[in-house]
Amino acid sequence: MVEPHAPTTARPSVKLSVRDLAIHYGSKCALEGVDLDILQNEIFGIIGPSNSGKTSFLRSINRMNEMTTGMRVSGQILFDGGDIRRWRNVYSLRRKIGVVFPLPVGLPLSVYDNVALSPRLAGLRQRAELDEIVERCLTRAALWDEVKDRLDSLGSLLSGGQQQRLTIARALSQDPELLLLDEFSIAVDPVTTMRIEDVLKELRQEMTIVLVTNLVQQARRLASRTAFFLSGECVEVGDTEKLFTGEVEDSRTQEYVEGKFG
Amino acid sequence: MFEATALDAKNQRDERLVKGAFLVMTLLLILPVMLILGVLIWRGAPILSIDFLFTEPTQGMTAGGIFPALIGTVWLVVVALVASVPIGVAAALYLSEYAKDNWLTRLINLAIINLAGVPSIVHALFGVGAFVLFFRFGTSILAASLTLAVMTLPVVIVSTRESLQAVPHAFREACWSMGATRWQTIRRVVLPNSISGILTGIILEVSRTAGETAPIMFTGATMFLPFLPQSVLDQTMAMSLHLYFISTQVPDVPDALPYGVALVLIGMVLAMNALSIAFRIYLRGKKKW
Repeated sequence: MVEPHAPTTARPSVKLSVRDLAIHYGSKCALEGVDLDILQNEIFGIIGPSNSGKTSFLRSINRMNEMTTGMRVSGQILFDGGDIRRWRNVYSLRRKIGVVFPLPVGLPLSVYDNVALSPRLAGLRQRAELDEIVERCLTRAALWDEVKDRLDSLGSLLSGGQQQRLTIARALSQDPELLLLDEFSIAVDPVTTMRIEDVLKELRQEMTIVLVTNLVQQARRLASRTAFFLSGECVEVGDTEKLFTGEVEDSRTQEYVEGKFG
Repeated sequence: MFEATALDAKNQRDERLVKGAFLVMTLLLILPVMLILGVLIWRGAPILSIDFLFTEPTQGMTAGGIFPALIGTVWLVVVALVASVPIGVAAALYLSEYAKDNWLTRLINLAIINLAGVPSIVHALFGVGAFVLFFRFGTSILAASLTLAVMTLPVVIVSTRESLQAVPHAFREACWSMGATRWQTIRRVVLPNSISGILTGIILEVSRTAGETAPIMFTGATMFLPFLPQSVLDQTMAMSLHLYFISTQVPDVPDALPYGVALVLIGMVLAMNALSIAFRIYLRGKKKW
């Protein structure tokens, strides 16, 4: 386990460093006292039952709290060692962070435009470059073969599993350094889930991935280290294998991974 | 085993009774519409002709056509739209896409609801005070249309806001998380998916504006003009007011004339509504999620 309050400068491989994070909605506390480091090119799992603060945690990383009335974040989040709140341009921060939501969101645009949207927002206009990005991202999201002949059809009309891979392709089109996945498999069939998991294993070569999941076995399959959130508290952070082999600091973690509650 | 119990039988009886009662109430709704249309067509249709639409009233408005009133209503509606649509749509975009839920927003919402509840004669007097006198537009199309615009603004705002809110919030979240600004999100995702609904609301507003009488009475519409308006600073005749005058103020008007005018007015409104329904059907066909 990474010891809290380690100086980030001494650890160049830390991608995201969270210090004493607390999130409130109005007067209600959603998450409190989170201290953890997420390392470069790792898949970092977050498990925990619903209402444990997992999604709120992800929202605080790309400062989406600023788009939500009543959501307040305190504490510190360092991205590459820099405080995200000091980031001059929140839009450039968000472009470095790809997000995949629990329910697939195929925007009501064509498949092509879905993937080209982010580069276009960033000002890219050359058709040839856009074509290249669209093909590359759809290929990496394991969707290209299925949609290459109907790039003009609506993204929101694809099947759920295809839409979720479209969402991943869209996130990749931002060329993100950090990829946040929020229970991506909740509305996806098992076969697609396995395909996406394979995609993620490839992607970790190039980026850091935070995987929030309601399936503890998914965390075990993918994550090198895992945090366990429960009712707004980060119960523990450790090597995934240790959490699953009983080497835990808190008995609640073991009970959760063994399926005794949640 | 599947015998109906006494309670089942009673529930079924009640169900039929309630359904029947609701159906009767619904059918009652159609009755006044049918009666109005029926009487108007029966009494007014004989007088309708191309000449009726495109000639001036003659002989102290007891004969001739309605051309100046028809053109006047078009002027009033178009100028009112030019004023109310940009303001209304911008306000709705602000309230739906930008405003946080705080005391200011709540105050604005309260103002909109109250503005919608103000009687039209009060709007008329406001129009006289503000546009005719204070801004010195005089009694003119401009003053009358601005009065109409103020009156219909809450309708535009509410209908536009509802169309915007009908776009799922998840689309906005997805767009924002890609680094889009609120305006980029509006332009690329929200507006393209709500524009048909917004237009539908605007068309319905047109049909409402066309029939208003009180707000234009003191601000720009007049009983009789021998010429067509040349600019927004001219006075004008209008269909609704023309109907009022020939029904109550002008002696010796033939019976069929007011019915004919009413029929043309209601025809305009129904045509507008039909257009908005066509829009909605088109929109439903293009629903993308």
